[in-house]
Amino acid sequence: MTGEPVGNIPRARPAGFWHDLLTIAGRALRAIPREADNLAPALIFPVFFFAIVVGSLEGIASFAGVDNFRAFQIPVAIIFAVTGVSRATALVTDITSGYFDRLLVSPINRWALLLGLMVADFALVVGLSLPVLILAIVLGVNFVTGIPGMLVFLLISGLWGLVFTGFPYTIALRTGSPAAVNSSFLLFLPFVFLTSTFLPQEALSGWLATAASYNPITYILAGLRALITDGWVLPDLLRAIGAIAVVGLLSFSLAFTALRQRVKRP
Amino acid sequence: MDTDLAIRASGLTRRFDKKLAVDDVDFAIKPGEIYGFLGPNGAGKTTIIRMLVTLLAPTMGNAWIMGHSIRDSETKVRLHIGVALQEVALDPQQTGTQLLRLQGRLYGLSSDEVNKRVAQLGELIDIGGALDHRIKTYSGGMKRRLDLAAALIHNPDVLFLDEPTAGLDPVSRIRVQKEIRRLNKELGVTIFLTTQYLEEADKLVSRVGIISEGRIVAEGTPRELKRKIGENLVIIQTQGDMQNVVAALQAVPKVGKIEVLGQEIAIASSDGSTIIGPIAAKLHEAKIQVEQLTLRAPSLDDVFLEVTGNRMQKHTTRAEESQ
Repeated sequence: MTGEPVGNIPRARPAGFWHDLLTIAGRALRAIPREADNLAPALIFPVFFFAIVVGSLEGIASFAGVDNFRAFQIPVAIIFAVTGVSRATALVTDITSGYFDRLLVSPINRWALLLGLMVADFALVVGLSLPVLILAIVLGVNFVTGIPGMLVFLLISGLWGLVFTGFPYTIALRTGSPAAVNSSFLLFLPFVFLTSTFLPQEALSGWLATAASYNPITYILAGLRALITDGWVLPDLLRAIGAIAVVGLLSFSLAFTALRQRVKRP
Repeated sequence: MDTDLAIRASGLTRRFDKKLAVDDVDFAIKPGEIYGFLGPNGAGKTTIIRMLVTLLAPTMGNAWIMGHSIRDSETKVRLHIGVALQEVALDPQQTGTQLLRLQGRLYGLSSDEVNKRVAQLGELIDIGGALDHRIKTYSGGMKRRLDLAAALIHNPDVLFLDEPTAGLDPVSRIRVQKEIRRLNKELGVTIFLTTQYLEEADKLVSRVGIISEGRIVAEGTPRELKRKIGENLVIIQTQGDMQNVVAALQAVPKVGKIEVLGQEIAIASSDGSTIIGPIAAKLHEAKIQVEQLTLRAPSLDDVFLEVTGNRMQKHTTRAEESQ
């Protein structure tokens, strides 16, 4: 420690936005293998749900006009796998432990604090989609759009998972409470059940049909299903991307407003 | 703005709703100093440090760190400071090395610089091979030392330490104090620390600001402050009627100012050894039962008593008890 020539002593300098973003994302990604037990439900639940629904409804699905019920259910399993997966709980831990303050007293770009976590989330949700996709292939589900379709399928799933993270992050940054973040799971229920989870939209009736028509998941499922069974149906894909954009606009506005409040000096 | 100073505060004030936590505080700290804020819990020490490290905005006034305003040049301030807050701020899931590397990257250090600093700091904080273990396995003392290393990764000009030894066992406390001294001596880092430990302020800091109810009530070197009271203090503890005791003491020649606090009396003197005998004789003559009669050098607690009318140790003990 002694005798270091002054010129050789490294001095602090702003690292820059992209550098900060990658630093935060890298930390979040490194933490994922250590928390594998937290991620197991995100994989087990969709596979279990898929098995139950397919096992119980596959025989009667044709009455609702669904020829390939397994292909019909794979997008639901994907949505189950990627919705609500985020580093929001870890963010709350950082806030309550004081580690977030340590980050705040460094010259880090404030936006990178959240965007870095979101980059890691995107990588994670795409990673979680892969086993479900492999399961689909093993079960004989065939993508009429081929490998490019699979990639777009993964991209849409990943983007949906990413935009949904805005909600738990908003709660994490607003409350700093782990219990409140865990309760954000409740938001997931109307999104995934008031929609065409079990039947095509055309087969829904009454209030459920009305609710489904306002639910962005309806359009995302339609886009994903089209990639498997119908081909490159542009209107379906555009509606799926539009639905993601609308939810993203809302959730990211909330999350970044909450971040701005959190990092603002009280 | 005085660029020759490491830290300068002018009229620094912080209000939380109706409570005035920091009230119009001014101070100036030269580069290379170890400056300590001494005060009981709730005196405003942590609020001041949180303002200086840009975590909290002042309600009024301003402060400058290495010439940069905490009000409108926060990023520049952050490049010059290292911070170890009262609660150790570490990620228990990372290893010590991972944490230090991450810190280094946040301060824009290159991979080579980070590697070099991690090796240097590993030696400095002396936690051996534990740097590659998860932080959750560390003892309290190891965590505190790692926290200190994380604050030093970028060679800050000014190091802020908020109660750096709070909650540590005596051995770890001495070790951290030794490291603080070493950092100051070897690297010339300006250190601003808060403490509620009198002996820590006495031994460690070059200058101390005594803070009470959000205001600096005394400032100087520990020696200067103690000298203001006198060379010696005669302390009398008794269960007798204090008015009688004071009256008896006032009759003793050369006894000056008499401070009464509960059942304790403190008499400052430039030559205590010449008055302690007459005091003992006078108390005996007045049939006052004395529990303890001691002659000692003044401490910073006596300075605190002198300027606030209360003993700091009592505040601290009460606060600790309520916790």
